[in-house]
Amino acid sequence: MKKYIFTILLALILALGCSKNDEEFLDRPPSSILTQEQIFTDPSAVLSVLGDLYNRYNDFGTVEDWPSLARFNVAYWSEAGRYPEFQNDGWGFGEWGTWDYGYIREINLFLERLSEATELDEELKARFMAEAQFLRASYYFELVKRMGGVPLILESETYDFSGDASYLQHPRETEAAIYDFIISETDALKDILPTDANSKSRATKGAALAMQARAALYAASIAKYGATTPQVSLPGGEVGIPASRADEYYTKALDAAQSIIDGEAGAYDLYTNKPNLSENFSSLFYDKANNPEAIFVEDYLVGGGKTHGFTIVNQPRFGAEEEEGGRINPSLQFVQSFELLDGTYAPLANEMGGDPVYYDNIGDIFQGRDARLAGTVILPGTTFKSKPVDIWAGVVLADGSIVSGDSRGQEKTLPGATGQVQVVGFDGPIDGLEFTAQTGFYIRKYQDPNTGSGRRGTQSDVWFIRYRFGEVLLNAAEAAFELGQPDVAAGYLNRVRERAGITTPLTASDVTFDKIAHERYVELAFEGLHFFDLKRWRLAHIVLDGNPINETEVTQNIGVATKRETQPYSIWPYKYYNPGDPNDGKYLYKISRLSRITGADRFQFGNYYSEIGQNLINNNPKLVRNPNQ
Amino acid sequence: MKTKFYIFICSALLLVTSCSLDNFDEPDAMFSGNIVYNGEAIPVARNQVRFQLWQPGYALTAPIDVAIAQDGSYSSRLFTGDYKLSFVPGQGPFRTPSDTLYFELSGERAMDIEVTPYHMIRNPQFSYAAGTVNASCSVEQIITGADARVVERVTLVINRTLFVDVNSGDEGSLAQVDAADLSDLDNLNMSVEIPTDPKKPDQNYIFARIGVKMVGIEDMIYTQVQKLEF
Repeated sequence: MKKYIFTILLALILALGCSKNDEEFLDRPPSSILTQEQIFTDPSAVLSVLGDLYNRYNDFGTVEDWPSLARFNVAYWSEAGRYPEFQNDGWGFGEWGTWDYGYIREINLFLERLSEATELDEELKARFMAEAQFLRASYYFELVKRMGGVPLILESETYDFSGDASYLQHPRETEAAIYDFIISETDALKDILPTDANSKSRATKGAALAMQARAALYAASIAKYGATTPQVSLPGGEVGIPASRADEYYTKALDAAQSIIDGEAGAYDLYTNKPNLSENFSSLFYDKANNPEAIFVEDYLVGGGKTHGFTIVNQPRFGAEEEEGGRINPSLQFVQSFELLDGTYAPLANEMGGDPVYYDNIGDIFQGRDARLAGTVILPGTTFKSKPVDIWAGVVLADGSIVSGDSRGQEKTLPGATGQVQVVGFDGPIDGLEFTAQTGFYIRKYQDPNTGSGRRGTQSDVWFIRYRFGEVLLNAAEAAFELGQPDVAAGYLNRVRERAGITTPLTASDVTFDKIAHERYVELAFEGLHFFDLKRWRLAHIVLDGNPINETEVTQNIGVATKRETQPYSIWPYKYYNPGDPNDGKYLYKISRLSRITGADRFQFGNYYSEIGQNLINNNPKLVRNPNQ
Repeated sequence: MKTKFYIFICSALLLVTSCSLDNFDEPDAMFSGNIVYNGEAIPVARNQVRFQLWQPGYALTAPIDVAIAQDGSYSSRLFTGDYKLSFVPGQGPFRTPSDTLYFELSGERAMDIEVTPYHMIRNPQFSYAAGTVNASCSVEQIITGADARVVERVTLVINRTLFVDVNSGDEGSLAQVDAADLSDLDNLNMSVEIPTDPKKPDQNYIFARIGVKMVGIEDMIYTQVQKLEF
């Protein structure tokens, strides 16, 4: 009997346990995956996807990767593991390459899916579309700068598993065609994107126009100056732009820059919020409130999960919030290239007729220069986060011999004295000791003055400015100069120079190519732009010619665009010790080259455009190699 | 017992693995020679000038780079097969043969590759006197007409080791000096003082060579390295 009950129960469970709705019951929507329909019906979900695409924006130089901002011997890298960068003699052809078609595909997919979405507000949808197109154009700009002409893929492609993938293999477009694409794309986008000077981290009309101005200027200068290096071109035009197109591009660059300057894209202007000009220049990079200069930035937020460690790795070592810092050490050549306030060039006056010049205060040698110097570089005798830096290399005795130490702030007994005194600064410089100011300087640009910015637990949320009004002015000035309007160029240059405290304005006849190159060098240093200036002017192989720099030439030809830049030099302050002498206790300066710098960088013709890897050519034999590789 | 067992296993493994069945033959052909002009080797900077070998007939074709040594020679160990040889445009201080060379390679093969340099350095003379290296030479222009290149600089390079060129930083050059006067290419004189470095041991010899840089050409042409004893 009992057996039957079990059998019946079992049968009942089986019979009642299933119903015809079982399929529905089991078919549950996944809770961890969003479907395309779910995303493209909800504006905030679309924005999240777009946010991911923004996050993957490709920068050549960025505060997240400090060496990327300080390449090409504008600075020495005070980190033991990086010294070999100054001991080799050049770069591989693959250096600086980028080839992220996965990113382009995802942007294309985003555009395709978004254009099919029906439930989104049309205006919002148009803005999202325009932003994604802006990001795609930005990446093509990055590609063309580094690789030359690349395949232009504007829709997603799918492999059909037929065994023949040749229909997915696209040849390279010409370099000019990619620049034309960027220009036409930004032309189309500028009126769809919002005109809002306060929106910094999302694409705006200002950002589109700024990109257009920069791209057109790059294309124009490649057309014009590429003629001097016919070796750096390909017969199919994948590299190199015909010289005849230079004026067309320069005009486009000038127009785009002028529409920003004239306020068509919103109230952009130079940042002039602080009375002290040097402080003003440095705070332009970290002041996020009421900053009319920044046009398009990568933004960060402490406590918001997006921070970077630029201040950690570069803060002055003395009093640093972590046991590190001081990595980027701007070179002597960079520091001395800042003009005197009357607009003339002068080397740092450390010697006169073979005798050292004695200064009462350690920073006096840098006085009376372009305010951007102290805004870009932490000089000896200045402060960071209200703490003075302690940069001095040793004590010079009456007979000229030097007493110094090999650890930071070391104490020694000087001859004829009793008791130990400090003989070297707590920030060095000590040759070969990492994190000290080995050239005599630290970097100030992009360093965050907030407490905690140098701590690993907090980090910094200073933004990285990709496009700013100052660069737009310089772009306009260069384009105007090349189009034979030096008076217009002088006007734009003077706006930038006036903010730097330079008292003598330039006249039309003062504007030369060297002047423009110099202004970009000092204004835009450590922003990841110098490299592309060298490339597009075809000066890289001249400036980086593989020859070492000797001590006499290092202080000559300041402000000349072709000045050799193969090695960074140092200038170290010393205290003079000679009791009874009127110069006792004063400071003198010595120029030297660090012992770790044994190589001299050589930029080969094959470095102008990065190598397209063999694996890519194997996958797509239609890709032609870049010249000289 | 157990140990013996393990030894047996190990030796068995050693025997079975790396048998000739699962290994390729090593490359057995040797391709060597000089880059020459009229039979004279053209010295260049070490590892700076190269040509490429391609082996047609395979699905994936990647070039095999062959670097030219500083005395103008090259050598490469390769698999037996058919090859084609081509220069990368713009490589070398010479005009390269424009057509691709095809050749079959098996065993040893020596082949001189004839090129036309823009200039040749003639009569290099080196001498040492009182801590200074003096050198003289003349430069003969080979290629004239539309393709002619102007001499940009003539440089005397010295080094403590056999490797002498201006491109390798301190590794290739202890000191170098450019000829001050290029107006008479038949009579070029340079002299460079040997720098003293207390950190390096004294030596009673030095290596020197002269290099010529042409406008718009990246690679320099050199003389053979000369050892000077004193």
